[in-house]
Amino acid sequence: MRPHTTSHRRDALWLAFLVHRISGLALACFLPLHFLALGLAIRGEATLDGFLKWTANPLVKLAETGLVFLLAVHMLGGMRVLVIENMPWRDGQKRFATGALAFAIIAAAVFLVRAA
Amino acid sequence: MNVRLYVLQRGTALIMAPLVLVHIAIIFYATSRGLSAADILGRTRGSFGWAAYYSLFVLAAATHGAIGLRVIASEWTALRGRQLDALMWIFGLALAVLGLRAVAAVVLP
Amino acid sequence: MTNTIEVSLWRGKADGRYQTFSVPQRENQTVLDVVTWVQRNADPTLSYRFACRVGMCGSCAMTVNGRPRWTCRTHTSKVVENGRLEIGPLANLPVIKDLTCDMQAFFEKWQKAKGVFAPSKTKNDPIEKILPGSPPRQAADAAIECINCAVCFAACDTVRWNEDYVGPAALNRAWTLVNDVRDAGNRDRLSAVAAGGGCHACHSHQSCQEHCPKALNPTASIAGLKRRTMQAYIRREL
Repeated sequence: MRPHTTSHRRDALWLAFLVHRISGLALACFLPLHFLALGLAIRGEATLDGFLKWTANPLVKLAETGLVFLLAVHMLGGMRVLVIENMPWRDGQKRFATGALAFAIIAAAVFLVRAA
Repeated sequence: MNVRLYVLQRGTALIMAPLVLVHIAIIFYATSRGLSAADILGRTRGSFGWAAYYSLFVLAAATHGAIGLRVIASEWTALRGRQLDALMWIFGLALAVLGLRAVAAVVLP
Repeated sequence: MTNTIEVSLWRGKADGRYQTFSVPQRENQTVLDVVTWVQRNADPTLSYRFACRVGMCGSCAMTVNGRPRWTCRTHTSKVVENGRLEIGPLANLPVIKDLTCDMQAFFEKWQKAKGVFAPSKTKNDPIEKILPGSPPRQAADAAIECINCAVCFAACDTVRWNEDYVGPAALNRAWTLVNDVRDAGNRDRLSAVAAGGGCHACHSHQSCQEHCPKALNPTASIAGLKRRTMQAYIRREL
């Protein structure tokens, strides 16, 4: 194997990119399921309620916590990119990326505590 | 990605930023009382405001997600050219149809 | 007894391998000095590229312990880990032999992004006065010190994953020309960088900024191009 450059994949901002991409991919996979579930309401309130009962399961609550994290981290990370692209340059992007991650974790934690 | 896809992708991102904030607030509010169909449908059925909010959200998310998926596929898979466009359109249209169907299911009285 | 460095050097083409040499460690020794020592004292068939040795020409960039660097300005005291140094050719470019890679794709992409000055005047016109403090001059200044070393090109995963992407150096150069008030090629240039493989392929990983030996910020230059092309697109000038 020819030598590869690997040093950049330890950088916080490269990891921020990876988190943004994976969270976007995961949300794209989740959305069709989300829409199908809500679509159950077409067959009446009882059908939707049957599904919603299932979401009271603790494992589902944990999965929902993950979804809150994905949505928050993708939105905040995306805002950071929009600011880079459309505003005058600001140094300290690692701080902003870390802040976005921290806010998303806090949002997910608050969700989990309230749901439990 | 060219400038046209870029403008659409970043434009829908900008539209969705406030929509996501509201969505997260609703998630927190709704789940704190326990999810129930009566609660959800009581809020949304017959409401023009929620119909407009969710329709805009669905269309923006379908556009944003489809273009994002195209970029990821172009970098991480062997798909090229028309295959990428096909993936983008199929995913985007499917998401829009499923999403608008879901909106109809919760807002139509 | 002098200290030695265990130096692994890439030999051959893409399917080559590392070959290890013991090289005496000296004070103020650069990575380029180490490579030169091997060629002069151990194996004269070793191929590598350099010219100025003072960080101006941009020809000596190599991968040093997994990180692209300008070898003539990198001291071994800074990069040797546990007495070892692994030196290979730059990533994202085809290997010709040993430590030399084929830079053709890099410079072709430079042309593709219209990173070439397009004069608006002839030699008979008076020289245009550019105020050093004017905003376009300052924007061009911030990006102009590029030495074409391709370190950013080798550090960029978007270059690695998207064969059409022209890369940070070419776009950084295009941005200096967009800000050059003497240049007449901006319509073509903005069209070129707004097409697929242009500035919109960039995801702002900032690896280019992180690795640039001249401490330039191509990510900021590319962001400037994104804004300029978006304005032109909305005004239907593209």
